Formats: sequence, structure tokens, C-alpha cells
Amino acid sequence: MKKLLRDSGLKGWLYLLPAILFLGVFMVYPLIDVFVYSFEEGYNSASQTFFGTGTYNYSYVLHDPYFLQAVKNTFLLVVITVPLSTGIALLISVGLNSIKPLRNLFQTIYFLPYVTNTLAVGLVFMILFKKTAYSDGLINLMITWFGGTAVDFIEGPYWARMFVLCFYTIWVVMPFKILILTSALASVDQMYYNAARVDGTSKLRTFLRITLPMISPMIFYLIITGFIGAFKAYSDVVALFGTDLNAAGMNTIVGYVYDMLYGDSGGYPSYASAAAIILFAIVLTITCINLLVSKKKVRY
Amino acid sequence: MEVTLQNLTKKFPARGRKNREDVIAVNDFSYKIPDGKLIGLLGPSGCGKSTTLNLISGLLKPTGGRILFGEDDVTGLPPENRGIGLVFQNYALYPHLTVRQNILFPLQNLKGKDKLSRAAMLEKADEAARLVQIDELMDRKPGELSGGQQQRVAIARALVKMPRVLLLDEPLSNLDARLRLQTREEIRRIQRETGITTIFVTHDQEEAMSISDEIVVMKEGVVQQIGRPQEVYDNPVNLFVAKFLGTPPINVFDGEIRDGRLYIGKDEVLSVKGVSDQTVYAGVRPEGFVLHKDGPLCCALSGVEVMGRDISVVSRHEASLNPAVRAIIGTENSVDTGSALVRFALKPGKVFLFNKETGERVRGQANEGEELLRP
Repeated sequence: MKKLLRDSGLKGWLYLLPAILFLGVFMVYPLIDVFVYSFEEGYNSASQTFFGTGTYNYSYVLHDPYFLQAVKNTFLLVVITVPLSTGIALLISVGLNSIKPLRNLFQTIYFLPYVTNTLAVGLVFMILFKKTAYSDGLINLMITWFGGTAVDFIEGPYWARMFVLCFYTIWVVMPFKILILTSALASVDQMYYNAARVDGTSKLRTFLRITLPMISPMIFYLIITGFIGAFKAYSDVVALFGTDLNAAGMNTIVGYVYDMLYGDSGGYPSYASAAAIILFAIVLTITCINLLVSKKKVRY
Repeated sequence: MEVTLQNLTKKFPARGRKNREDVIAVNDFSYKIPDGKLIGLLGPSGCGKSTTLNLISGLLKPTGGRILFGEDDVTGLPPENRGIGLVFQNYALYPHLTVRQNILFPLQNLKGKDKLSRAAMLEKADEAARLVQIDELMDRKPGELSGGQQQRVAIARALVKMPRVLLLDEPLSNLDARLRLQTREEIRRIQRETGITTIFVTHDQEEAMSISDEIVVMKEGVVQQIGRPQEVYDNPVNLFVAKFLGTPPINVFDGEIRDGRLYIGKDEVLSVKGVSDQTVYAGVRPEGFVLHKDGPLCCALSGVEVMGRDISVVSRHEASLNPAVRAIIGTENSVDTGSALVRFALKPGKVFLFNKETGERVRGQANEGEELLRP
């Protein structure tokens, strides 16, 4: 028995068994199930019945204007927030790295949003942006100070709502990015900067030719996880615009999947599965492109 | 380029330590480094040699004193305006750039009238690479090179702008023993070919002695002795210098001068002229022992190590401060390993006397001693 265990590698599998069971039941099986549902037309989870198989679910979802709106919203969110948040985080980190006094204090301040409760953050954003019977919100107050006209950021024009959503997303992901980038910057060996100084390298060139390549693995890590995170946006949107996202025109792909399952128009697991698979395909494609680019650009 | 250091001093404030004094890393260092020479700054760790190098490079600002390159006072200049090349202990090659890009890097920083065309830059980079014999490795990344090759790239990068002064910080400490031998000769050759005044820092006395035109021995920020390696070795000014130079290290004994004679323990070993009666430390270089059956210094033999080129006789003596007395003798001698005792005569020129309190050299007339053999 002992010999059998050792020679066939069974022992190794035995050690892996708990994790495999857990992952299999809660991760792999549902994934396969979702894939299967997405091809079963009119699947009903209560009666476990469906009418037939085919690609109708995909065709329905792709022609649903709510889904198309959700895709548009999600892509806008991704395209705007990922580069902006990474760029701003890089600027702040470089700033933090180059000051000596109070660096720890600033680092703590920048990290605060990360440990702050989502509800508290929602409240802050409401005070900032929401128009109520009593006030127009802090931002509108400032806009009118400078002679502009107040905008309803929550129920007003599309661009205003999108602005709030992007602003919120950037603000929420910033602390983590700053944390990663400040530690990446701090890990660049001082001797490279000394060498650059002796050679009379300008500040900008030092940053572009030395600092940036040295921390590029971390930047790409942040971009990839940023893309994935933004594609999965849902809870933030609900916090800002409430649960009826289709009506608000601010739905995201994940929000659409949720609505198809549980929302007012819910009870359509087949459509939800198809939408989820489409999201999966999009994220996979983008991540592959990211990895290909990073292989070329990240230099070591 | 002649480099002059005038009363160079660097103090580091005593940060985070209450009631402590400032750390004086370099204390009142004055030295005129002749043009086109290779100078070794030598000392144990923490002696201020690297600080001195960083002061010359401009990466650190001195607390006091001046640095002159030729007639130029560069004390206040930032490193990039001093015209120096600096090779770091860990080479500091940019890992994401190829060897060629690394060597080109300093040239690409040139602005204004110094700006070179792309072709001229490549030409210069190739020239520097040929000088250090890495012209075949130009398209590799530093990570794909051995330690010795990286070292050469670092030297090429430092040389490509034709600096007025080349500074090397522990250039050989990251190399294995064999490569170290090879590279130090390489550094010597490159320095000779370019004729650039070169200052390098090392804690390895053998390294410094072997290639330097002059060595500077430092201890706790204070210069102990400056001179040609052989001169310093043959004529150390104090016990520290004597102990620091030489492998195997010098043997130190408790000694006493009585009536113009040096006693080590009970053994009367040399006659010394012009030295008053006192207790001293007597340092004897390993090669200062001569095996002699009637020799005055009697030691308890503990072992013989045959090295091929010579023989190392290890013995014990009650007055020795080192745990073992190590004598290096020629292979023409044969040591009776069965015997319990071994007797030596001493070569007068290899025996140095030092004051017991200050460690300063106690000098007699001319030679300190003359050989004293029992009749």
C-alpha cells in the first residue's frame, strides 16, 4: 500500500484532495454549469426544465438594448478609470517618494479610503453630489460659486452620472494602487539613482529611463487587475444609483447578469448565463492582450 | 588630473541617538594625488574610505575642507559637473538596458555643445567596450553576464565620457578569488592605457598593495599612512598599519628593551641601538624568521604547513599576542616535525617596535636591531 501511494504519486493527490474538492464543487462545477445553461433555452431553475438547445440566448442578449447600454457603460468605465487611476496613483506615489518629512502621515491619509466602510463612503459621495430638497450638494455649491449652473449628478444628464461613477471608482481603487506603487518605488535601489546622478541624467530622463522600467512589472500588474476589477463593477454603481440600474441607464454587465437572475425582470438564468459568458470572453480577451503587450514592454 | 584634498572632513550628525557625538567619518584628510596614478584607499570597514570616495565624487558634501581637480575647486560642484567616472560596488548597471545602452547612457545625457551625433556616440561606446574587452557582449543584458563581465561593463560606462578622475568603490569585492586576480590586473592595464587618475577603495590589503602606485591606510576616519605599497609595508608608522598590511599578518609579541637589547619573553632576540629601556610591542613579519638551531627565539612547535612555494611553521610562544606564531620559511629548510621546540633567529629589518600605549613606532638608529645569535 505504501509503495503504491509513493510510486503512483497518489500521495500527492491525497494532499491536494481537500482543495480540489472545494474548488471543484464551488468553482469548476458552477462554471461548467453556467456554460451549459447559456445554451439551454428557457431554462427554469425551479422545475429544472428547458425547451431546447441552441445559441438563441446569446442572440437575445446581444440584441437587448439594456445589455448594449450595460456594455457601453462598462467599457466607458474601464477605458476612463484604469489609465486615469493608475496615472494619478503613479504621480502621487512619486510625490510621496520624493518627500521626506510627513511621508508616513501622507501615506496613511492616502490609504484611509481603503479601510473606510463602503456605506460611509457612499454617504460622503451623497453629501458631495446628491441634490436633495435642502441642498444641491457640495460640488454643485462650488460650481455655482464659480458662476456655473448646478447639475444633477445622480439623476441628471448621462455625462454627469458617468462622471460621478468614474470619480467614485478612481477614488476607491486609488489607495491600493498608491500602496503598491510607493513600495515598488522604494524598492528601486538608490545606487541606480546615484549612478544616474554621476552621469548627469536629468530628473525627467531618470524617471522615464530608470524608474519607470524598474517598476513596470508592478504597473502592469495594476493595469491588469484594474481592467478586471472595472469590468466587474457593480456594487459601486448600486451604491450610487440604487438597484434599478436599467431605469437609471447606468447598468453594467455584471449588473445586467444580476438583474436577469434576481431583478424585477429576473427569473431568466439562461440569459444571465449567456451574458456572464460574454463578459468572461471579453475579460479573457483583454487580459490576453494585456499580457502580450506587457511581455513586449515590461523589460525584465 | 591631479586631485588635491585639503583638510577634508565629513561629519554625520548623530541622528536618533541621544547624547552621542557626531560621527566623524573623515577627519582632516589632506593629500595631493599625483596625476595619472592609481591610488588605493585602504582600511577596515567603517574607516571612512568609501565616504572619502563619495566626497570626491560629489555624492556627499564635505563638512569642511576643499577638493581640487587640478586648479579647479570642485568642492561645491554636483557630481555631474565634476567630470568623474564612478564604478559602484554592485556595478549599478541598469538591468533593463543592454550593455550597449548602458554604456551609451552617460553620452545621451550630454547637452548643448557637448551633444554628440548618434554615430559618434556608438563609436565612443565601441571604443570603451574594446578597451575593457567586452565588444562581443554589447547586445546582452547585464543579467546574462558573469560578475567579471558586469564589472567591465561598469568600467566602460564610467570611462566612456573620458572622465578626469575615475573612482572605483570596492571594485573586486563581488568577484571570486580567481577572477579577482585577473580583474585587478585588468584595472591596472586600463588605468595605464588611459592614464586617468584613478582612486579605488578596498578593504583587501593584498588587492591594494598589488596594483596601487600609492596606498592610503585609514582608520576611524583618520589617515594613518600614505606611501608606495612596499614602503608602507617595510616601514609602517604604527601598530595598526603593521597589522593591517601583509598576509599572513604580522606576529606581535610583548617585548621589553633592556640595555639596548630586545627581549621577547625570556628570550633575548636582538640588539637595538638608540632605544631607551621600556616595554614595547615587537612585531615580526612572518618572513622575518630564520630557522636556526641556535636561534634566540624559542617557540613550542605546533605544526608545519607545506604550501609548495614555501613552508609555514606554526608555533606558540608565551609572549605572543596572536594565538599562533606563524613563520614563513623557504622550502630549502627542513623542520623536524617530531621535535617539541623550534628555534628562530630574526631578520632585523623585519622587526618593528611599537609603543605600548600609543601603538606608534619606536625607532632606533638606522636599523632597529641587528641579528643576535647565541655564540
